[in-house]
Amino acid sequence: MDLDLILYFLNIPWVFLLWTTFLKSFIFLNLTIIVVSVTVFAERKVSAFIQDRVGPNRVGIPFTLIGGKKDSFFFGLGQMVADPIKLLTKENFVPGGVNKFYFWLAPKLVMIPPILVLAVLPFGSTLFGVEMTIANLNIGVLYIFAIASLSVYGITLAGWASNSKFPFLGGIRSSSQMISYELSMGLSIIPVFMICGSLNLNEIIDWQVVNGWLVSPFWPKGFSVGSLLHPADALHAFVAGVSLQRLLLWIPLLISFVIFLVSIFAETNRLPFDLPEAEQELVGGYHTEYASMNFALFFLGEYAAMFAGSGAIVSLFLGGWSCPLIPDGSHGWFWGLVNIGVFFVKVSLLLLFMIWVRWTLPRFRYDQLMKLGWLGFFPIALFNIFLTAVILALVRN
Amino acid sequence: MAIVVERPKLTLAEKFYLPAVLAGLAITWKHLKRAIFNKGIVTMQYPEEKWDANMPDWYRGAPTLVADEHGKDRCVACQLCEFICPPRAITIKPMEIPEGDKWRKVEKRPEEFDIDMTRCIYCGLCEEVCPEQAIYLRKDYSITGLNRAEMVHDKETLYKLGGVREGLVFKWNELK
Ligand code: SF4
Ligand code: SF4
Repeated sequence: MDLDLILYFLNIPWVFLLWTTFLKSFIFLNLTIIVVSVTVFAERKVSAFIQDRVGPNRVGIPFTLIGGKKDSFFFGLGQMVADPIKLLTKENFVPGGVNKFYFWLAPKLVMIPPILVLAVLPFGSTLFGVEMTIANLNIGVLYIFAIASLSVYGITLAGWASNSKFPFLGGIRSSSQMISYELSMGLSIIPVFMICGSLNLNEIIDWQVVNGWLVSPFWPKGFSVGSLLHPADALHAFVAGVSLQRLLLWIPLLISFVIFLVSIFAETNRLPFDLPEAEQELVGGYHTEYASMNFALFFLGEYAAMFAGSGAIVSLFLGGWSCPLIPDGSHGWFWGLVNIGVFFVKVSLLLLFMIWVRWTLPRFRYDQLMKLGWLGFFPIALFNIFLTAVILALVRN
Repeated sequence: MAIVVERPKLTLAEKFYLPAVLAGLAITWKHLKRAIFNKGIVTMQYPEEKWDANMPDWYRGAPTLVADEHGKDRCVACQLCEFICPPRAITIKPMEIPEGDKWRKVEKRPEEFDIDMTRCIYCGLCEEVCPEQAIYLRKDYSITGLNRAEMVHDKETLYKLGGVREGLVFKWNELK
């Protein structure tokens, strides 16, 4: 009787919406934080390997060497937990002479935008009929741009409030960096909207499920596990997937993809565009004066932004949660989970790529970045839009 | 005269950065692939593996005091090292050698000789300035302590680290 009542209550549409949204936010947020700490660990390991080192390998579980002097059993995986614990328990030192209010506010401003961006990312198809997007917004991509560009305020504010020259320079650089990439970033993905006809990330992904990932030149339409057994069917799917329009559209889409990818690097302050924190020139850049959890929030913000950025790239260009031969969530909860897994795998691969790039490239000077943004990407992105329009208008399927 | 260095002319491919970026990625990928399988790692696992055997003779480790073949202090407490030490790590309290002592003619020896290892910068000036060849920088580098007091080497520790040097020790010979 009681249970029935609760079930009835939970199924009232608005209550249902409320608790599923809360649950989704909770789970997605926690997954993100786990991904962030794994990414930090991966960053340290990959950087070590690229530089012919071993990287953190001592912290086992429970945080000591297991078996004496041998390398710990878990390849130092305990480091993922040890790092946050260290940051949490450190003294939160605030230097004198800072503008306290803004000094405390800045890390939060850096941290919040990437987490808000997560709200519109479709991280799975459906699970038990519930859509795996926290907020299915019609203006999804616009929302991402609007929110993501807010994090620059946090950085600038941190630089200004620290009352010290190095953070200040970092903050200034950050704003000059933003004006040089943000425009081309926005323009670069207009071809995507022209092709998919929607700003809603879910619809863009649905389009990609049917017509294939945007970065691919052709796509076997309606290809499934069943058609693997029938060569004729498979052949038919391949033939149906190849079209002149698609092949031509591949060029502007690849250009879009590259520009967007590079802009995401700039957006997340990753090398080769980490001008605001340029360690070699600015000590620690905008977070020079920060310690402990305040610093950790910047750190978390940066990695959460990487995650959100990768999520955006995956949703826009790489088919989101979809994967050929894997059905979506409407075929059962198992496939729903697999879809979520696919999304996270794609995002992780992109994160690894970002790390790999970081340890490969030297930093751009910021006049170079501005030149690249204004004289390189901006005209190319504009031209790209026209190219797409011409292809869409002249070449019909 | 000013020398003008011509900037190299960049080809179109170089101006676009991307080919160079890809080449760089290929290089780091090679290292990554090798290091994942534990090959080509150039670093050492410090406490287990040490470089001690390859330490050069001119290595400047912890400063120590040495005794001579009679077991007497070589140091005559002239305090030259105390004066020359740039970070003022050395504190010496000299004493007069009492009447009737076998080495009375030496006149002075240190009563206390402290080197603060939290200050020492391993510059070797003390070794260079010492007229009696009493102080030497040895190869000990792992100087640790749980507090500041433990990091101050007193006379006893310094002799323990330094040991005995016999005869006239030439500062610059291979024995050090
Ligand atoms: S090595 Fe240099 S710093 Fe150290 S005790 Fe000797 S003179 Fe002083
Ligand atoms: S160690 Fe050498 S320089 Fe220093 S007080 Fe003794 S004799 Fe003089």
